[in-house]
Amino acid sequence: MITIGEVQETNKMIREMNLDVRTITMGISLMDCAHSDLAVFNRNIYDKITRLAEKLVKTGEDLERQFGIPIINKRVSVTPISIAAGGLRTDSYVPVAETLEKAAREIGVNFIGGFSALVHKGFTEGDRRLIDSIPEALAVTERICASVNIGSSRSGINMDAVKLMGGIVKKTAELTADRDSAGCSKLVIFCNAVEDNPFMAGAFHGVGEPECVINVGVSGPGVVKRALEDAKDKDFETLCETIKRTAFKVTRVGQLVAQETSKRLGVPFGIVDLSLAPTPEIGDSIAEIFQVMGLEEAGAPGTTAALAILNDNVKKGGVMASSYVGGLSGAFIPVSEDHGMIEAVQKGALTLEKLEAMTCVCSVGLDMIAIPGDTSAATISGIIADEAAIGMVNNKTTAVRIIPVVGKGVGEIAEFGGLLGYAPVMPVSGFSCAGFIDRGGRIPAPIHSFKN
Amino acid sequence: MKGIITVLGKDRVGIIAKVCTYLASQNVNILDISQTIIQGYFNMMMIVDISSPAKSFEALVEDLQGIGAELGVEIKLQHEDIFNTMHRI
Repeated sequence: MITIGEVQETNKMIREMNLDVRTITMGISLMDCAHSDLAVFNRNIYDKITRLAEKLVKTGEDLERQFGIPIINKRVSVTPISIAAGGLRTDSYVPVAETLEKAAREIGVNFIGGFSALVHKGFTEGDRRLIDSIPEALAVTERICASVNIGSSRSGINMDAVKLMGGIVKKTAELTADRDSAGCSKLVIFCNAVEDNPFMAGAFHGVGEPECVINVGVSGPGVVKRALEDAKDKDFETLCETIKRTAFKVTRVGQLVAQETSKRLGVPFGIVDLSLAPTPEIGDSIAEIFQVMGLEEAGAPGTTAALAILNDNVKKGGVMASSYVGGLSGAFIPVSEDHGMIEAVQKGALTLEKLEAMTCVCSVGLDMIAIPGDTSAATISGIIADEAAIGMVNNKTTAVRIIPVVGKGVGEIAEFGGLLGYAPVMPVSGFSCAGFIDRGGRIPAPIHSFKN
Repeated sequence: MKGIITVLGKDRVGIIAKVCTYLASQNVNILDISQTIIQGYFNMMMIVDISSPAKSFEALVEDLQGIGAELGVEIKLQHEDIFNTMHRI
């Protein structure tokens, strides 16, 4: 029988430590929507998304009430549009983005991910059309998330795509200049993108995925922080054990919600993504965890080691708690969505270079970082290339979601609004990499990828 | 199906009476009650059988929230599975 102490512990996590299920994301295949005519294709995808996800939001709300735990976001990811729309006779996929936006509004989800292309080894015609459509698509929609995979450990890095994406990021920033270039906050450039990630902006429904699937992302930086406060001044063994135990409990809740959502909607359960995803709320911050671990500020020497401990033990605690673990699973270190990271930047403790080092040991990459609007496309490509190289060589997912804020310089604040938060503009190295980026072609796969 | 009701707030006369009367009216059977009062704060947990309630689970949740508001305490009804999955392997 459950004891009053256990009930109090769970409810304290929810009430005081921001324990929540961050997202229920329904993955929907659009493969059978393919058509050469734009109007027919748009009708097909609209009908399919609104049919399959009709009850997604309602089911999420019912489960919130049943278990008494907040389920913050209900979202949809779809087959990369460059694949699903590959047969379209059209020059632009912007109308497709508008249709997805309409579907998102109809079913009440705040984001649809999958305005995406996978170009790690080269471009199809559809990939090029999609990438060219990204800036306008992100400017005319609010709920569409775009991503492009430009490298993998198996195939190397497509440097033509890296060069192209530097320009696409710039153009997206310019077209959304009136909103502090917020379009870029919905554009992720990946190396080793995963097919079942439930978190935005990088979610898409991979080609190896079933017709429809439920993936759940759990969070809880606040719960980990509070648990670590009780383990203050203890050794690393105790520190790691505490993170593991907490991650286990948090992930169990995600597993329960995922299974129940899957049962109610009659859709297979895919994975639980056990990530520590911060929010701008006080007490829901990765930077605060670093402080409890003994660092004065995020970015102080020791931060990379602290993040490695956090990331590894979140995984170790979480894997036993769920029958299927997937997605990105680890710790996210977005700047704009974490007030502690923002403060660390403002105090000069955290730099772009330190963040890059931290991405070697966390689950994603350079995330939600504002840089000066006059940063060149080549420099952005250089940042993307560095991050992709870390992912390629270390067999992990890395990503770049960087915002060159038009009209703003170092130290000024960019406001992206709502969930996306705000971020101080960070300095970028002024030395040029144009000669390197301009070479063109592909970086071959690293030696340790040849495992067959 | 079992639910867990928790009541949290400043102690006053009639909290248990009011909650129990409501539960009886909804055909919800109480299986176990435990409570503590720490520094004037009332902390109660009930395990209840909700196999055949008069209203839906969601409606019970809302009604109990309303009763809590009247009494100036927080009342939650949650499905027991959230506690079982978190604390039992």
